[in-house]
Amino acid sequence: MASDNQPDTSVLLEIYRRAALIKKNDEKIIAAARSGKMNLIYYSPRGQEIIPSALSVHLSDDDYVCTIYRGIHDQLAKGVPSKSIWAEYAGRVTGSCKGKGGPMHITYPAKGVMVTTGVVGSSMPIANGLALAAQIQGVQRIAVANFGDGASNIGAFLESLNLASVWQLPVIFVCQNNLYAEHSSFRKFTAGGSVAQRAEGLGMPGVTVDGNDAVAMWRVAREAVARARAGEGPTLIEAMTFRFQGHLLGDDASYIPAEQLRAAVEKDPVLALRSHLIAHHQVRELTLTGIEAAIEREVEEAQAFALSSKWPTPDELLTDVWAAPGPVKTHLSTSAPT
Amino acid sequence: MSAKPATVNAMQAINLALHDAMKEDDSVIVFGEDLADPEGGGVLGVTKGLSSTFGDSRVRSTPISEQAIIGAGIGAALGGLRPVTEIMLMNFAAVAMDMITNHAAKLRFMSGGQTHVPMTIRTMTGAGAGNGGQHSDYLEAWFAHTAGIKVVTYSSPAEAYGLLLSAIFDEDPVIFIENLTTYFVTGPAPTRGALIPLGKANVLRRGTDISLISYGFMVNHAWAAAVELEKEGVSAEVIDLRTVAPYDAETILDSVGRTGRVVIVHEAVRNFGVGAEIAAEIAEALHGRLKSAPRRVGGSFNAVPFSKPLETSHMPNPARILAAARSALGR
Repeated sequence: MASDNQPDTSVLLEIYRRAALIKKNDEKIIAAARSGKMNLIYYSPRGQEIIPSALSVHLSDDDYVCTIYRGIHDQLAKGVPSKSIWAEYAGRVTGSCKGKGGPMHITYPAKGVMVTTGVVGSSMPIANGLALAAQIQGVQRIAVANFGDGASNIGAFLESLNLASVWQLPVIFVCQNNLYAEHSSFRKFTAGGSVAQRAEGLGMPGVTVDGNDAVAMWRVAREAVARARAGEGPTLIEAMTFRFQGHLLGDDASYIPAEQLRAAVEKDPVLALRSHLIAHHQVRELTLTGIEAAIEREVEEAQAFALSSKWPTPDELLTDVWAAPGPVKTHLSTSAPT
Repeated sequence: MSAKPATVNAMQAINLALHDAMKEDDSVIVFGEDLADPEGGGVLGVTKGLSSTFGDSRVRSTPISEQAIIGAGIGAALGGLRPVTEIMLMNFAAVAMDMITNHAAKLRFMSGGQTHVPMTIRTMTGAGAGNGGQHSDYLEAWFAHTAGIKVVTYSSPAEAYGLLLSAIFDEDPVIFIENLTTYFVTGPAPTRGALIPLGKANVLRRGTDISLISYGFMVNHAWAAAVELEKEGVSAEVIDLRTVAPYDAETILDSVGRTGRVVIVHEAVRNFGVGAEIAAEIAEALHGRLKSAPRRVGGSFNAVPFSKPLETSHMPNPARILAAARSALGR
């Protein structure tokens, strides 16, 4: 069991496994895109792996996650199979959304990934609704809304946090502050200099944490999850991190000072956790290479599965637009007089 | 409210539909600005009594936060409930367009059918009450232009009841448009618990010479025009679309196929309106069988004005429908 303030080794190893899975998927997706094997729009989460990995060990499959276009780390950490993501990225019918959603709209309800949005800020209002459903149904489920620092300046942020507080919803707002909103520096465009501080005016705890520190992130997430499950309302977490790539693949990130980027990459949070496990938890190198080999196989298989899968046929264009015709789900009379 | 009054107005019919849906199904919840009883049961009292009857968990007033309201509706629907959200006035839907058109309408498709959003958005609008350019617009064409969302409206209290029940129990997001001036118009009481199916137009009056196609309050103007036409020896068919999107093309084409002439009437501005789409569909399907070109009657292409004479001449009326019909008839 974990002590009050320390995750035990098995939990940290699981956080590492999730983070390493994200890192490996990212590397292979970029390689597949650059080699021309896959043609896709891609928003790399590299550098932000620890945040959802340390958070999601506190969640069950029933808990909900809403995330954004830069969301593959949130999806993998929550348990979406690599192959469902790869096939969707490749636009194949075996993808999580039959190829109809694409990289920006991964959905996988079996693991609670209900919405991936391509619109900045739009994960928050919908996460509130999932939390509202859980509250009304009287179940223990909670909802997590992931978003970036840029989303803290869009109206949906204020509307959502206010409503979550007013209704004391079991929701956690996770701002993954990677210091760049698309091409724009957080410091230059975010007044007040802190997202977490905005929580004070919205009636909920706001916590700033080093999102690249697995232990710190695990602790902060544990408290927010406990609050939500106890019906004590929402929490805003500002998890500080850094993006190793440009806004999207192909962006040369020339707007990020080279020194700042180099410093961040040198402190690679996934490698830092790996070293921490060896240095402070007596985890053997062999254990870690075993985990990494399994991940390598999983990602290789996911890629092979995606690229050998069938494309959707044109009839898919007109399915899933509306509900299929069928009886209305009510005991009320459906044969009204006209 | 008594069990079955002989007549009800549209506000009472809508209240009754919400009541009966909530009583029927625990998953039906209702929320929006000012609509619980402590805030007056709605600015006009449409939702009065619901929170007292069903409790403040299932019936909630909200802050003035349209994005948050619709987002919460979407999430609640994804979580297994049947939310009925309210956007107080249709113009305010503009504040929530991202949630409505990017999310509610598209999640079924973008998820490959894994999720769907059985949410109803009730919203009220209509010119004629001097509310000016930001409280009166009919914006149904915005939503009709987005695949995945249904648009429904009514022309009588009883229809408001039956159509709203169908909207609530539909598996897709539905915009249910209520009309300010018809809130106070009375009509025969609905049959309690009886749904009126979506996607099916209602032929209100059979005719052989011309088809008048409309929806919402304007159906009543089309009816009045048909009565006048009858005095002139013209037999006009009147069709109430009931569901604006997706509309009942079969009934429309059957009617215009028989009459060969059509006037499409809506309160929304004529330009780029629902009437343009229907006229184009008729022209494509029935070219060569039409006796004259389809006519459209809609609001003039400007913001809804405040001053009474301006507002009155902005809106369609029976005289303008008559003029369009006579033109189609070559009179």
